[in-house]
Amino acid sequence: MTEQLQSLTENDLREIKALCKEMRKDIVTMIHGAKSGHPGGNLSAVEIMAVLYKKCMNICPDWNNSPDFEKRDRFILSKGHASAALYSVLARCGYFPPGELSGFRKLGSNLQGHPSCRHAKGVEVSTGSLGQGLSMACGIALGLRLDKNPAYVYVYMGDGELQEGSVWEAVMNASQNNLNKIIAFVDRNKLQIDGSTENIKALEPLKDKFEAFGWNAMEIDGHDIDEIYQAVNTAKTMDRPTVIIAETVKGKGVSYMENKAGWHGKAPNDEEFKIAMDELSK
Amino acid sequence: MLNKVKSNEKKSIRAEYGRTLVELGRINRNIVVLDADLSCSTQTAMFAKEFPERFFNAGIAEQDAMTTAAGLSTTGKIPFVSTFAMFATGRAYDQIRNSICYPKFNVKIVATHGGITVGEDGASHQALEDVALMRLIPNMIVIVPADCTETHEAIKFAAEYNGPVYIRLARTNVVDIFAPDSYKFDVNKAYVIKEGKDATLISNGETLTETIDCAHLLSEKGKNVEIIHMPVVKPVDKDTLIASAKKTNRVFTIENHSIIGAVGSAVCETLSENYPVKVTRIGISDEFGQSGEQRELMKHYRLTGGCLAERILEVL
Repeated sequence: MTEQLQSLTENDLREIKALCKEMRKDIVTMIHGAKSGHPGGNLSAVEIMAVLYKKCMNICPDWNNSPDFEKRDRFILSKGHASAALYSVLARCGYFPPGELSGFRKLGSNLQGHPSCRHAKGVEVSTGSLGQGLSMACGIALGLRLDKNPAYVYVYMGDGELQEGSVWEAVMNASQNNLNKIIAFVDRNKLQIDGSTENIKALEPLKDKFEAFGWNAMEIDGHDIDEIYQAVNTAKTMDRPTVIIAETVKGKGVSYMENKAGWHGKAPNDEEFKIAMDELSK
Repeated sequence: MLNKVKSNEKKSIRAEYGRTLVELGRINRNIVVLDADLSCSTQTAMFAKEFPERFFNAGIAEQDAMTTAAGLSTTGKIPFVSTFAMFATGRAYDQIRNSICYPKFNVKIVATHGGITVGEDGASHQALEDVALMRLIPNMIVIVPADCTETHEAIKFAAEYNGPVYIRLARTNVVDIFAPDSYKFDVNKAYVIKEGKDATLISNGETLTETIDCAHLLSEKGKNVEIIHMPVVKPVDKDTLIASAKKTNRVFTIENHSIIGAVGSAVCETLSENYPVKVTRIGISDEFGQSGEQRELMKHYRLTGGCLAERILEVL
């Protein structure tokens, strides 16, 4: 590669770290408030969403009132249960007031348990039933290509989600059609509801699998802000679709939740909430 | 509305679908077509030949085809997705429900090979539940056209309407029933195509031809029945059904589908809530199909005009 990839400045790093801190507190507060949700897989996704929305993506907080609406990069949250992280980053980027976050999962709220594009501003497509986000991205990328629209399509998938066969139909689709505007992330926290992904239905060697399907594949630390940024910049230079397999910690940032499958889909009680907020405020 | 000149020439409604897609593709650049390795059977191959850059073959991957269509629709495209009714609605039900209908995306599913008349391929390929599955999903419009004229108009409607539509086409070649110059498709309408007083027969799709034949046979036996053609299974034209039930007080539904969930159910639901009369549902009972020639199967399951007349006379 001739082009020297730029690193983030100290200022950028500080800004994103501060955003990540806000997002983690939002996530725990929203899930505690709703008395339900998925803390583990939301907390593992924070750095990647923060870097994408702050530094990588062409975003449109004014949504369809923006003159550049059609040019926006698309973000598809294929693992829809990470909705709290998505709503938080959207609110913190100005799509809607952070005050609305308290409605999460409550009757009449725009912030449905899993993202609905008919409800919340900034949500591109409705997700929640796993294994569909990548096909959705393929359709969007094909449509953008027909329109000669150079926007990127980011997809955020869970690792357990890759057990859905439909994901691999989409992997073949992206490869067949050379959809190099697709930049997919796998949140590789190695845990799913019933335990370890490798014990339930093993995914490894995951990078090899994507490469065998014709994709460009990278492995990074999914909590390293600069590494995420560099990986996306590299992906943008590729003539093939890219998957960034991001090693993450499920429940990252809350000591008692980290690497515990039991915190996939459980809300903290009042006492646990207080401990979590104390840890996240440090 | 009906063809004045009777002809026994049978035409392929799938070919009519293919031609209509090409016609629409020429006037609207946003029309795109997806198939799942059955483009020669569904006849989307006609579109693929003329507009290769707007045709996407998902391969044998119906789930991917449906969700890719959903994605395409978000960029302003109008995707038509085709495969056999069995795989469109069975294999990809979750995708249709969650990725197409829940967000009310502008995707058109035109499934061919609906019903028992798939023929020799047998039960694994005979979709007898597809209309029921699609009718259940909020935001979905469900249409079962009876002939080429109606297929042409229903496809044109689907292209103009903003939202999900399911259109079920039969493999069977059918005679022309409607006159192209006077037929008007209306998504809110069922059509009284013959007036009568002794009973109401409600049908759609390829069984409309059989229902018309049946009515002729019944008239020879002194029974004057009304025929309602109900191409749109959802939304239901309640007024037309209720008015006819009030007139005849006896209803039969006739369809190439399970008697559970489609026309039979829609009519029973409507009448029981508004004007209860006795309804007999004729179709495939709660069972799987089997291999056989189309006509043999129609006779075996007692869906030909002659069989229908016998069944109705037994109880009327």
